[in-house]
Amino acid sequence: MEKLLEVDGLQVAFKTHGGPIQAVRGVSFTLHKGETIAIVGESGCGKSVTAKSIMRLIPEHIGKIVGGKMLFQGKDLAQLPEKEMREMRGSQISMIFQDAMTSLNPTISIGEQIMEGIIRHQKVPRSEAKRQATEILQLVGIANPESRLKQYLHQFSGGMRQRIMIAIALVCKPAILIADEPTTALDVTIQAQIIELFQTIQRKTGVSIIMITHDLGVVAKIADRVNVMYAGKVVESGPVREIFYNPQHPYTKGLLSSMPRLDADRNIPLSPIPGTPPDLFAPPAGCAFAARCEYALEVCRAHQPEETQLGSKHVVSCWLQDPRAKKLTTAQQSPTGT
Amino acid sequence: MLSFILRRFVSMIVTLWLIITLTFFLMHAAPGNPFEKEGKGLPDAVAANLNAFYNLDKPLIVQYGLYLQNLVKFDLGPSIANSSDSVNKIIARGFPVSFQLGLVAILFAIVTGIALGVVAALRHNRLIDYVAMVIAVIGISVPSFVLASLLIKYLAVEWKLFPTATWGTWQHVVLPALALAFSPIAIIARLTRTNMLEVLTAEYIETARAKGLSPATIVFKHALRNAILPVVTLLGALIANILTGSFVIEKIFAIPGMGKYFVAGINNRDYSVIMGTTVFYSTLLIFMMFVVDVLYSIIDPRIKFHGKEREG
Amino acid sequence: MIVSDELFTPMRKDNLSAEAIVRPQLTYWQEAWLRLRGNKLALAGLVIIIILGVMAIAGPIISPHDYAKQSMITKNQPPSAENWFGTDDFGRDVFTRVWHGARISLFVGLMAALIDFFIGVLYGGIAGYLGGRVDNIMMRFVDILYGLPYLLVVILLMVVMGSGLVTIIVALSATGWIGMARTVRGQVLQMKNSEYVLAAKTMGAKPFYIVRKHLLPNTIGIIIVYVTLSVPSAIFAEAFLSFLGLGIQAPMASWGTMANDGLPTILSGHWWRLFFPAFFISMTMLAFNVLGDGLRDAFDPKTRR
Repeated sequence: MEKLLEVDGLQVAFKTHGGPIQAVRGVSFTLHKGETIAIVGESGCGKSVTAKSIMRLIPEHIGKIVGGKMLFQGKDLAQLPEKEMREMRGSQISMIFQDAMTSLNPTISIGEQIMEGIIRHQKVPRSEAKRQATEILQLVGIANPESRLKQYLHQFSGGMRQRIMIAIALVCKPAILIADEPTTALDVTIQAQIIELFQTIQRKTGVSIIMITHDLGVVAKIADRVNVMYAGKVVESGPVREIFYNPQHPYTKGLLSSMPRLDADRNIPLSPIPGTPPDLFAPPAGCAFAARCEYALEVCRAHQPEETQLGSKHVVSCWLQDPRAKKLTTAQQSPTGT
Repeated sequence: MLSFILRRFVSMIVTLWLIITLTFFLMHAAPGNPFEKEGKGLPDAVAANLNAFYNLDKPLIVQYGLYLQNLVKFDLGPSIANSSDSVNKIIARGFPVSFQLGLVAILFAIVTGIALGVVAALRHNRLIDYVAMVIAVIGISVPSFVLASLLIKYLAVEWKLFPTATWGTWQHVVLPALALAFSPIAIIARLTRTNMLEVLTAEYIETARAKGLSPATIVFKHALRNAILPVVTLLGALIANILTGSFVIEKIFAIPGMGKYFVAGINNRDYSVIMGTTVFYSTLLIFMMFVVDVLYSIIDPRIKFHGKEREG
Repeated sequence: MIVSDELFTPMRKDNLSAEAIVRPQLTYWQEAWLRLRGNKLALAGLVIIIILGVMAIAGPIISPHDYAKQSMITKNQPPSAENWFGTDDFGRDVFTRVWHGARISLFVGLMAALIDFFIGVLYGGIAGYLGGRVDNIMMRFVDILYGLPYLLVVILLMVVMGSGLVTIIVALSATGWIGMARTVRGQVLQMKNSEYVLAAKTMGAKPFYIVRKHLLPNTIGIIIVYVTLSVPSAIFAEAFLSFLGLGIQAPMASWGTMANDGLPTILSGHWWRLFFPAFFISMTMLAFNVLGDGLRDAFDPKTRR
């Protein structure tokens, strides 16, 4: 498969009065043409910041990309001048946000909000923009698109709003669609419809999707590959089946065992991960998860773990993969017994 | 939408009726007979004649009925201080002047206030933001008559840029309009700035950026519109502010507008002038507020749907 | 990277809970005060108000002159060691008169704000608390009054009642309570339907308990802010009325009447007669406004910018 976007060692820091916060601390992943990757993790792990950084949407006075590369069509997005970046946004790379109610302008008609992107990037007359807008509304499953164009946000239901946001993002046929928690604010039944919509769209347009979510159910349904993030780093990545059936990082295991499953034994209670993520004002010297990890070793506190390649695509950053740790754990008790 | 306008219209009529009634009975409850205020005793026959001329010989309720009847015909009655003059004539003389002054002031206030507020928000915590906020604080702290005196002293007397007082050319409008507009500028600028800062952090601004729109488009199309909507709701109060403010400003600049006649009416205890002016201005104001409300419901699409004002 | 083998032992689980930082428990008032204290501008406003208050009491006492005593010999003197703020066209000492005026202006402002407060809270509180039809009728009435141009009504009342200290306060309060009532009613209504009041009700809390424990503490902040901001607007209105010749009568003087009397001095050059009253009106407005803004931020950190 053709590589579309290569993020390599991305680092993002936020300015605050108390000093910089290192929100993203060296994230790398690759997105291929036509595939869907997921970035999962709990709130504050840096997944949304990663997404916004690809779009370069973080205002300069708030935060900055301080390191790493983001290669797209032979250009490094991290270094691209703002003016060229603006040409990319909406036409090559699009983004949709969690809550369509607050992410769409309440006082501008839906049609105008869809059309302004078309007019901006394709420089076509309004009549042509309107035709395309009608078409895209049809594609995302909104009936009577012609008359709906004149309406305003508050005249749509929650699921409809999310469809409109997807329409806005897709209208210029971008190569990459970044979806930041697109289903979190929706009812479960609507969630399923929206997920299906993503799949339909991908089939029809071939767009590559980066799905940011904390919902493993969504990941299982839609993603080809998964990146698990913790405290600003990717701790484990691999094909979705590998991650779900053969998780290696204790954090990934923790995430999976805190998710309810239909096929699980109901007598075993869900086990949440104890503790809270570390303070990113002063990130720990070693593995950021060490303080919450029940298998933590002394080495975890002192040193950052390196990436270990398991199989062709499965990568994990954990000291437990070290042969010396393996010796220790087999001698004591098995860590895979969760 | 239509039911909203209708409801709003009915409440306007009720308010109008209330202010007219209130004005009428208050004026008639005022102590003493207006003619005795002069201090000279009038012969009985003359007093009776005058009373008959002003309908003062009839029972109060009849007078009230006659007043309402005349009002519907837009007749505000004769002046008491000068029986050959009528309140209608006074308004015809004074109002065009006041209207001109008020219009210039309100337009100036809206344009300057919004511009100042927007620039301050876009340059948040930079020099221009502080300058704008200092202007805003001065605007709400310094009474207009103080500001007017300063303007006269420096711009007119010392530097001779503008005429000190009276009315006639466009140069005569500048200083009083400036003095009149200052506090509304402050109020509009503060409100615009606060709203703009809030709107700029709204998520739909991020969406607009994600579409690749230019900063100018984002500010003018997406942010400004939503930031100045609440300013529209303030317009009624601002017009009232400028209207009453003009009483003072017209006095200082010796402008022959409504304010001058109104203040003269107060000093002469010319009840029909006071009553007429109050009724006229109240009608104007209440009508303006009605227009503003209807206007707001048109430019904010959210209102059409709910058919009522938003809370808070 | 070379990592020594000794580190491959299970991690000691000591001092891991140390990251939980215990935040000191503060009451609503302590927290508001802390935030207000951090706002230098608002504190400056508070200090100015205190100074003005003290001077209003002490000013006329420490001055050797009488506020009403006229003297044709010493008229229109510029500020000097004898007359600190100069004298007016009747030879009266401006310093004494300014602080005498401060008493009247501040008294008018405080009284009007206080009366607004009592009527407004009572009216708005009852409407909001009872809700339903009572609220509907009460608020319809307030809405109509709200549509009246308030300064015109005040002028009208002054014309009818005649000018004087009491009538000014009455006239200002007659219209001033409306805004307060609307604010309080909105707050109470919003709070009454909030989850925590419903929760209290389901646990069988009595109405008085809910008012005392939930409604009062949560509305008091906004009420205080409103009162703080209505003081300067009453002072402003008094100055405005005095300016139209409807204010305090001679020989008493408020800042408004003094500024009005001093107006011709723009041309005559006796600047001190206009400057001092105008300066103190502006300072008072400024102080109350920045304090009011500061209080608003202190009581409601969400609105802070």
